[in-house]
Amino acid sequence: MTAAVARAPRPVSVASPRRSVSRGLSTAALVLVTAAFLLPLAWLLLAAFDARATYETRLPQELSLDNFAAVLTPQTTFVPLGNSLLLSTATAAITVLVALLAAYPLSRYRSRFHRGVMYGVLFGTCLPITAIMVPVYSLFVVLDLLDSMPGTILFLVASSLPMAVFMTKSFMDAVPVTLEEAAWIDGASAMRALRMIVVPLMRPGIAVVFVFVFLQAWGNFFVPFVLLYSPSKQPAATSIYTFFGQFGSIAYGQLAAFSLLYSLPVVILYILASRLIGGSFALAGSVKG
Amino acid sequence: MPLLPALLLLAVFLLGPIVWSIVGSLTNATLTGASATSPDWVGLANYERLLADPDFPLSLWLTVVFTVLSAVVGQNVLGFLVAFAMTRADRRVATIASGAVIGAWVLPEIVAAFVAYAFFSRDGTLNQLLAVIGLEGDNWLFTVPMLTIVLANVWRGTAFSMLVYRAALSEVPPELTEAAQIDGANGWQRLVRVTVPLLRGTIATNLMLVTLQTLSVFTLIYVMTAGGPGNASATLPVYAYQEAFRFGSIAFGTAIATVMLVIGAVFSIVYIRILNRAEADR
Repeated sequence: MTAAVARAPRPVSVASPRRSVSRGLSTAALVLVTAAFLLPLAWLLLAAFDARATYETRLPQELSLDNFAAVLTPQTTFVPLGNSLLLSTATAAITVLVALLAAYPLSRYRSRFHRGVMYGVLFGTCLPITAIMVPVYSLFVVLDLLDSMPGTILFLVASSLPMAVFMTKSFMDAVPVTLEEAAWIDGASAMRALRMIVVPLMRPGIAVVFVFVFLQAWGNFFVPFVLLYSPSKQPAATSIYTFFGQFGSIAYGQLAAFSLLYSLPVVILYILASRLIGGSFALAGSVKG
Repeated sequence: MPLLPALLLLAVFLLGPIVWSIVGSLTNATLTGASATSPDWVGLANYERLLADPDFPLSLWLTVVFTVLSAVVGQNVLGFLVAFAMTRADRRVATIASGAVIGAWVLPEIVAAFVAYAFFSRDGTLNQLLAVIGLEGDNWLFTVPMLTIVLANVWRGTAFSMLVYRAALSEVPPELTEAAQIDGANGWQRLVRVTVPLLRGTIATNLMLVTLQTLSVFTLIYVMTAGGPGNASATLPVYAYQEAFRFGSIAFGTAIATVMLVIGAVFSIVYIRILNRAEADR
């Protein structure tokens, strides 16, 4: 019986045997990678639902929502998340607006000046500006902008602006100029053409830039950590330290539950954005030029 | 003039800190006290102190180690291999793997840092796993701080390289590798002789970008080891922060920031030149 099975003709496969071996190897390697990348997250997920969590990763003795109940108070969660929302929305909105205005002449008119600006922008995308919070701090002392929400927002705008201008310009370059020429002939001003024709045509691109800047501002820790100190102004990124009590006692479960609440919008936004751009990675695409 | 708002913002909040970094590093500004409000000029004294401080070459070296191991080797190579494996693996597995890798990347940095801290801590996941196979764990964050932050940064940042390479690999025409296959090249030869040379420009771009991103990593290191024990994992951003805000010498921290800016500027110029050459080749 077994011999008969062994002798039975093998199913004809389009793939060569060598290819199916490499397919198997690749799949196995990716399973390993998946496990390695998900493993550290196990603690976060399990501890959030464990009322007596520590840094140990273990199944909770009973699934409990106590941690979420404990952190879902105005002071612990709603105010910091509200501050994060304000900080990130304002940063993203101002950045997109300023970037659109800047990208329009850069995309439509070529001149030596514009070329210089583009080099400056490119240079700005590379500088480790968030690594130099020490001079930013002392500059903010001089400008009297420490602990100021608008000041922090403007700094976040400026530090994300080079990348935003770069991305917006490459999205705008893809909008054919002929449509605007028609509008100009009909007597529309450049600003009117930008608002009525270019912006509606590049809406997905604008959304990508908005989400990109929003996510960066939402996740940023170092900037608010240095520039804001009033408890009432802390975004979620820095307020997370409230779970570290004095004398080294840490509310692990609450820390994990709060982390999940704080991360959730990011994950949702990322998924929405990648749907928007058809699963492909427009951010890397625009980086490539 | 529609460029004006952008130029104004960049001038005040981007060029401002850069100029301020250079100016501030020539003073004796402190965090508190009289010289906080009215610092004096001290010329190059901060740089002389920097060169005499044994922590500075250590910090510079740790920054190089951190960047090379976690970005140039770790993220870049792993990102490429994952992207390459995705082109041939089972579609569903590839999608799940991509989600897992990206997951670590989209998390807010402070959350990623706590997760990495928990993973390597004494009672953490890693030691629990080692115990399962009968190995004794260690206090990894204390005994091998550099290794833990390097691994954490690979975990955190590989997604970027993976996405860049996935986009680039999808543009490699399949006829080229197929032709090589017909000529008898095996899988490894096709990868090294055909695919990698075709992606030279992408590889150069990616290397520069991950290097620049890794130079500015602060939160991950600050949360996991705070630069310690001692100064054993204090890369330049952490070193500058500690000097300025823990020891109160804003001017000295600013001098370190200026060094970082110079390093960043050199890399940026090299990167822009590479981009320009790629543009010219096209």
